[in-house]
Amino acid sequence: MIEAINVVKSFGERTILHGIDATFETGKTNLIIGKSGSGKTVLLKSLVGLYDIDSGDIRYDGRSTCNLGMKQKNLMRQEVGMLFQGSALFDSMTVEDNVRFPLDMFTDMTLEERRERANFCLHRVNIINSNKLYPSEISGGMQKRVAIARAIALNPKYLFCDEPNSGLDPVTAAVIDDLISEITKEYGITTIMNTHDMNSVFSIGEKIIFINEGRKAWEGSSDTIVGSDCEPLDEFISTTRNIVTKLK
Amino acid sequence: MSPISHIGRYFVFMTRVCRQPLKWRIFGNRILDEIEKIGIDSIGIVTIISFFVGAVVCIQTANNLGNPLIPTSTVAYAVRECIILEFSPTIICLVLAGKVGSNISSEIGTMRITEQIDALDIMGVNSANHLVAPKVIAMILSVPVLVIYSIAIGIIGGYVAGEYTGLVPTDAFFEGIHFIFKPYYVAYSLFKSTIFGFIIASIASYCGYYTHGGALEVGKSSTTAVVISSIVVLMFNLIITQLLLS
Ligand SMILES: Nc1ncnc2c1ncn2[C@@H]1O[C@H](COP(=O)(O)OP(=O)(O)OP(=O)(O)O)[C@@H](O)[C@H]1O
Ligand SMILES: [Mg+2]
Repeated sequence: MIEAINVVKSFGERTILHGIDATFETGKTNLIIGKSGSGKTVLLKSLVGLYDIDSGDIRYDGRSTCNLGMKQKNLMRQEVGMLFQGSALFDSMTVEDNVRFPLDMFTDMTLEERRERANFCLHRVNIINSNKLYPSEISGGMQKRVAIARAIALNPKYLFCDEPNSGLDPVTAAVIDDLISEITKEYGITTIMNTHDMNSVFSIGEKIIFINEGRKAWEGSSDTIVGSDCEPLDEFISTTRNIVTKLK
Repeated sequence: MSPISHIGRYFVFMTRVCRQPLKWRIFGNRILDEIEKIGIDSIGIVTIISFFVGAVVCIQTANNLGNPLIPTSTVAYAVRECIILEFSPTIICLVLAGKVGSNISSEIGTMRITEQIDALDIMGVNSANHLVAPKVIAMILSVPVLVIYSIAIGIIGGYVAGEYTGLVPTDAFFEGIHFIFKPYYVAYSLFKSTIFGFIIASIASYCGYYTHGGALEVGKSSTTAVVISSIVVLMFNLIITQLLLS
């Protein structure tokens, strides 16, 4: 479980997050939704420790992650996997080397074992026969899947995803969503995912947190999201709701 | 940001670069890769520039020493001193600031804006150390070798020009380049080029590492890297020369 307790974050004079309280549950796909510019990425990067927060606390299973030294922080980060908005694969390395990289850095396995593990992760995300290709030689959807393979290589306890399906067609986006959801269940990971895609919300959202202008405006599940009494949320999902109504 | 804050952040950055790497074997391989990219790939440009400048220095000196009282061998002596003391260490490093500096800065800058550096940090890898330290070490190791090579090519260039134009005959040339040879000057030259190598690699990495924004900023930071590192190289040239030669 990951807890955010009254998290405040500002850049210079501008406060982006105004005191966010939230809990993200183990073994579930927790979604953070909100309009563009509402502060989702800032919240996610604060949770994962890429930004230092101004006040408040962030706890991973009860362990506070603020005020840790560099060494302890790096140790903790080996339990964390992250998917970035643009995949962030290392473009000087092949697909296999990308997935093997965390294993090379942090394990004492033999080369053979590392190869095997990397291939296992690549198979898990259905990437076959592309080991020797470079990230620039594969499609965006494949890059996302390789990034997932890299993120799960070290069996993380916590998985953070920043809009993993942005810029993909609906079918591929659904494939990525399902993959993340399956992996979360399979390994009992605490997954936190940013999205503004309502398809993801309805298909894999178990716990949903709605951020509006840097404040938590609503939380609940995909069953209760339609017809909530939160006005900004209603507005946010209105387009999707209108389409559904029209189709009916 | 003010220049003072940049200097402060540069030193904080360098303390992060100078940490113990996670895996020495990977670190060693990274250094070899960088030596190839930084050192070996620069041999071509160093050869061409050194040869032509050596030739031009020889012709210019010969033309300007048209005094029957001064022996022709003096031309070769002047060419040698000029190449060893200033041309090879300083001019070659300025050329490398352009070639290698912009390359380092745009490579690291691109990794920054495509979140590859964040990805390293999230894994718990010290990104500054992992990316920058091998480049700095490779540069420190490659530059003195390139400078020695450049000195040799420069002198050959001078010889060929002198011989071909008939301004400096072979005998006089060989007499000149042996005339009052001070090994200390070579040591001085290598010392300062090592410092320059460090300056170029670290400043270019710094500029790339703190890039914000998009492709436009990557271009800007590589220009900044070249300009700033050239200026700092020239400043240190003055300081080191004053300290070691006067
Ligand atoms: N490094 C930064 N420095 C200054 N301001 C920032 C920084 N990062 C984000 N912001 C500001 O914080 C606000 C929230 O940005 P954020 O990236 O979190 O939005 P988002 O909800 O992720 O949007 P999107 O859905 O478009 O990705 C924006 O107004 C942005 O200008
Ligand atoms: Mg975002």
